Amino acid sequence: MEATSHSFKQNARDALTDAQLQKALSKMRPGFQQKRADVVAKLPEFEDLRDRGRDIKNHVLENLDFYLERFESNVIANGGQVHWCRNSEEARQTIMEICRSVDAKTVTKGKSMVAEEIGLNEYLEEHGVEPIETDLGEYIIQLRGEPPSHIIAPAIHVNKEQVVEAFRKKHTDLPPDRPLEEVGDITDEARTQLRSKFFAADVGITGANFLIAETGQTVIVTNEGNGDLTQTLGKAHVVVASLEKIVPTLEDASCILRLLARSATGQEFSVYTTFSSGPRRETDLDGPESFHVVLIDNGRSAMLGTEYQDMLRCIRCSACMNHCPVYAAVGGHAYGWVYPGPMGAVLTPSLIGIDEAGHLPNASTFCGRCEQVCPMRIPLPKMMRHYRAKEFTENKTTSQVRAGLGLWSYFAKRPWLYRQSTKLGAALLRALGGNRGRIATLPLASGWTSVRDMPAPEGRTFQQLYKMSGHGKKGSA
Amino acid sequence: MSEAREQILAGIRKSLGRGRLEGAAAEAVEARLKGHARVLVPKRSDGDQAHKVGLFVEMAEAVSCTVDRLESLESVPERLADYLRRENLPARIKQSPALEDTVIPWEKAPALEITSGAAVNEDAVGLTPAHAGIAETGTLMLHSSAETPTSLHFVPDTHVVLLRESQIVGAYEDAWDMLRQKLGLEPGASVPRTVNLVTGPSRTGDVEQIIQLGAHGPRRLHIMLVKD
Repeated sequence: MEATSHSFKQNARDALTDAQLQKALSKMRPGFQQKRADVVAKLPEFEDLRDRGRDIKNHVLENLDFYLERFESNVIANGGQVHWCRNSEEARQTIMEICRSVDAKTVTKGKSMVAEEIGLNEYLEEHGVEPIETDLGEYIIQLRGEPPSHIIAPAIHVNKEQVVEAFRKKHTDLPPDRPLEEVGDITDEARTQLRSKFFAADVGITGANFLIAETGQTVIVTNEGNGDLTQTLGKAHVVVASLEKIVPTLEDASCILRLLARSATGQEFSVYTTFSSGPRRETDLDGPESFHVVLIDNGRSAMLGTEYQDMLRCIRCSACMNHCPVYAAVGGHAYGWVYPGPMGAVLTPSLIGIDEAGHLPNASTFCGRCEQVCPMRIPLPKMMRHYRAKEFTENKTTSQVRAGLGLWSYFAKRPWLYRQSTKLGAALLRALGGNRGRIATLPLASGWTSVRDMPAPEGRTFQQLYKMSGHGKKGSA
Repeated sequence: MSEAREQILAGIRKSLGRGRLEGAAAEAVEARLKGHARVLVPKRSDGDQAHKVGLFVEMAEAVSCTVDRLESLESVPERLADYLRRENLPARIKQSPALEDTVIPWEKAPALEITSGAAVNEDAVGLTPAHAGIAETGTLMLHSSAETPTSLHFVPDTHVVLLRESQIVGAYEDAWDMLRQKLGLEPGASVPRTVNLVTGPSRTGDVEQIIQLGAHGPRRLHIMLVKD
């Protein structure tokens, strides 16, 4: 997928003034957060499960080569094949060859972020194979000709009226005056349109939430059942997966599955968790005739052993973006590539480079909610900070930012001067706030004050208040 | 692409600052894999069988399953016919061939038309057995075999599952143990092509986060829970 992460600032500005997008985002805010909080409260072991999930993934990453080889030999033992691909191009070619081998005309697809990452749909189309997205959200954005804006709710930026418009425009075989106002009508129409495609497809492509080394199984976690129809009814089942998806055993997978749905959609468990291994067995009555795992590196092995290794624990639940104030304000497209939100702000520069995606680690207020909710306890703010430091040391920050940081460090290195000047600053701002306690215009702060007032501080500095609270005294806790 | 394979593995080892795992390090990883120890199983499903059955039913109903509790297989035909009538569904059923061996007195509901096999698009009602019911989240474990085609779990609008109370276990791990036992599995030995964990009927929230049942899979999941 072509990245526009380099123009994040402009993307964000555009997003903030996009009325349709803002309407859609305002509906998203309460839903995911409340559902997650409710379901987590019902499982007393949730925090312990997070620790154990983190430990499993850390163990896997330290022994990744071993587990990948074991996974491969078990896939082969079950009659399947593993295709190792260093980059997007190798992965696309491999998948295209599989399509050619069964003379494929159409391909149904379950939701896969790594398929977005390698730009699979465009490639298949260019080579005469029609890809059909079957997840409702993915289907909607395919009709609209857009990339996903969220990793589990790809059409979260689209309002219902826009879905209706896309359906009326594309499903021209149906009566133009049919009722399509209820979500149930929309879902039924997509169901009917896609049913025949499932049966007609030559190849079914799915992603994978996990690859299980012990058994050679690939796992998908879905709610709609489209992934299962995709992988059961096609002649060939192709699984596209990046290599960090490995877990050792079914017990390890069970542990992390307890975290995934709760963190993602706030469900106790997703509707369908499906474990697949190899093609249909000789006596089976259905299932694909061949089974291929396309295992993709695309920069991940180079993240091992670096300060960004922890990012490879990510299970793509989307809790971080569901709780991110920046994502909630600008949506997913502004991030300019496949992965939005805090996890995208770390993963994107790691995979496509700091030159393209250097802005993204700056797209955070460091409020820390992403780390608070990450089921795999990934220190997202810390890693964004690494990228900011890197940007600075590599001289990629703007001269304005460098000047500002230089000025700040001059004061920060001189505690007496810092204390005096912040005291003065706080008092001055307090005075400027007047009786209203708000400041309407302020030099150098127009980015804030042009759209809203700045609340004035109460007059004392943080250090003064800290001292008064008694926490600063030696010997106190 | 064996060149890619070697290069990826070499790249991983280089990043990790070591060569191929050998000796004690390899043995430790191997032992962890063979042991497939449970990690952390929530306590909510701990208790006697009655607690597990009760929790299973409560959790399944919470995700929009309907559960019909039966004293014996004897009453399956009439109760199923009742259900189909109530829901205004056709009396034609496609069942898993595995159920041909189950003694169900179908003659008690002569209006039901029963055939066996994999699902085709015209099948409106599917009837299948399950491998296990998992109490902690009201989840069914189903798997493929020569007699239990996977398509029956997804193609028909209505999925009816026949489950015995003794098949209900507490946690996912218990169901995996049962599967390992049933198939005589050693780690790495051949598993079924497909194992499905199913928790409620198909749903989507992709339009404005409004939950809608019956996205692509079954619109209804009806569990006939039979006493042993």
